[in-house]
Amino acid sequence: MSDCDYTADEMMAVSAARALHDQMTCFVGIGLPSTAANLARATHAPGLVLIYESGTIGAKPGSLPLSIGDGILAVTADAVVSVPEIFNYWLQPGRIDVGFLGAAQVDKFGNINTTVIGGDYGKPKVRLPGAGGAPEIAASCREVIVIVRQSNRSFVERVDFVTSVGYGSGPGDRERLGLTGAGPQKIITDLGVMTPDPATLEFTLTGVYPGTDIAAVRERTGWDLAVAPDLEIITPPSAIELAALRELQSRGGGSQSRSDG
Amino acid sequence: MAQIVPLAEAVRLAVHDGDAVAMEGFTHLIPFAAGHEVIRQGRRDLTLIRMTPDLIYDQLIGAGCARKLVFSWGGNPGVGSLHRFRDAVEHGWPVPLELEEHSHAGMANRYVAGASGLPFAVLRGYAGTGLAAAGSPSIRPITCPFTGETLSAVAALRPDVAIIHAQRADRAGNVQLWGIIGVQKEAVLSSERSVVTVEEIVDVLDPRPDAVVLPAWTVSYVAQVPDGAHPSYALGYSSRDNDYYAKWDAISRDREAFLEWLEDVR
Repeated sequence: MSDCDYTADEMMAVSAARALHDQMTCFVGIGLPSTAANLARATHAPGLVLIYESGTIGAKPGSLPLSIGDGILAVTADAVVSVPEIFNYWLQPGRIDVGFLGAAQVDKFGNINTTVIGGDYGKPKVRLPGAGGAPEIAASCREVIVIVRQSNRSFVERVDFVTSVGYGSGPGDRERLGLTGAGPQKIITDLGVMTPDPATLEFTLTGVYPGTDIAAVRERTGWDLAVAPDLEIITPPSAIELAALRELQSRGGGSQSRSDG
Repeated sequence: MAQIVPLAEAVRLAVHDGDAVAMEGFTHLIPFAAGHEVIRQGRRDLTLIRMTPDLIYDQLIGAGCARKLVFSWGGNPGVGSLHRFRDAVEHGWPVPLELEEHSHAGMANRYVAGASGLPFAVLRGYAGTGLAAAGSPSIRPITCPFTGETLSAVAALRPDVAIIHAQRADRAGNVQLWGIIGVQKEAVLSSERSVVTVEEIVDVLDPRPDAVVLPAWTVSYVAQVPDGAHPSYALGYSSRDNDYYAKWDAISRDREAFLEWLEDVR
């Protein structure tokens, strides 16, 4: 593979990394969010503060962790605190700029399901891992970015179970529920980027990667996806971004295969 | 006051059929050896409490030790599903498993309430989620008496027994642990009894400024079990065996492969 060839997953990780800025504080889920956050720190955002729910604040792993509690996170952190403390003192008051979450299902209002698919709660078709830290990350971070591979099974009109609230049923719901953060600002996929429509809060396609067919994006979305008139064609990964990503992954115990809260 | 005993005796004395048992350790310091001893002793009808069930509860659930699971994230970190947990929920194998499900913030606060001797804890959480809507008996809305804000109350956890793994204890049974400290202190202080396995027992516990210390009078039993957290790890003693976590996926997926694994443990 030459430097200018890249996979859809690499484009997605690079696109997600670009959404993070230097000096931001970021609450990171494992899997794709962790890969993207570490890529940002290795490239344009060396001062990005990574916070994992295991209580590691300011972790600076040189390779991708497999779990949120790998030793590399503790020994490189600015501080290691207990699990009650990370949620109560650090997340809940709204100190953290961005929460970075994966999902099994996400719907047009950015609500996330990582609990059950099909059947009912007591007798599900598929039992997923559950909430983890995601509900409070989605509620209390100043903003949220969701990263998930796109299929019409994962992008649905309405999630089977609301594990973590995006915009609920639409405008006004976050305020009514007393959720302090602004909610999901971006959904980054392996095809492009969606952002909420300012009026309806429905996620709309606002950016695609070079060569993405818009009809294919709509086909892999379970709601009637609106496309922004000024659709952005997202810049492909630079040689520097790709090299940094591949370097991280070659040293990683890290997984691109799944994500969780 | 802590008694220093072999692991089998600690489990025999502390864990009884039907108990509510909290084996804690957030990715780090998971008490696997003690969990395997519970399987060997054939405990039944346990209510298993743990934020992240991890492989240790996948194994106990598959072995038929549990009646109920109280938890907040039941996956194989970085790998995928816990298939014994899924088989129990989706198909009732080997026995049906009742669930009491929370978020991490909710579970952590439930332990804090238990350790604090309070009936509940309060947090800004659960609003609008299916977890609250499912009508869990341990999540209730509550109005702040000062501001009028609606918050969530979560019921205290009061396990019969907490089981944790730590780096060191001294001969009096004072326990010291460090690194990712999770909710182990809260789990021990909220429980009626406790078992702590340790990497080593030393004459003198050198003070460490970043360590959690559980004084001997807060602990029931201490057992020396070197590498007792494997495939989890003890910072300063071992590394997380990420390959084992990846390999567990195939064992866990298949009932026959799991039963073979179980024979080896027994």
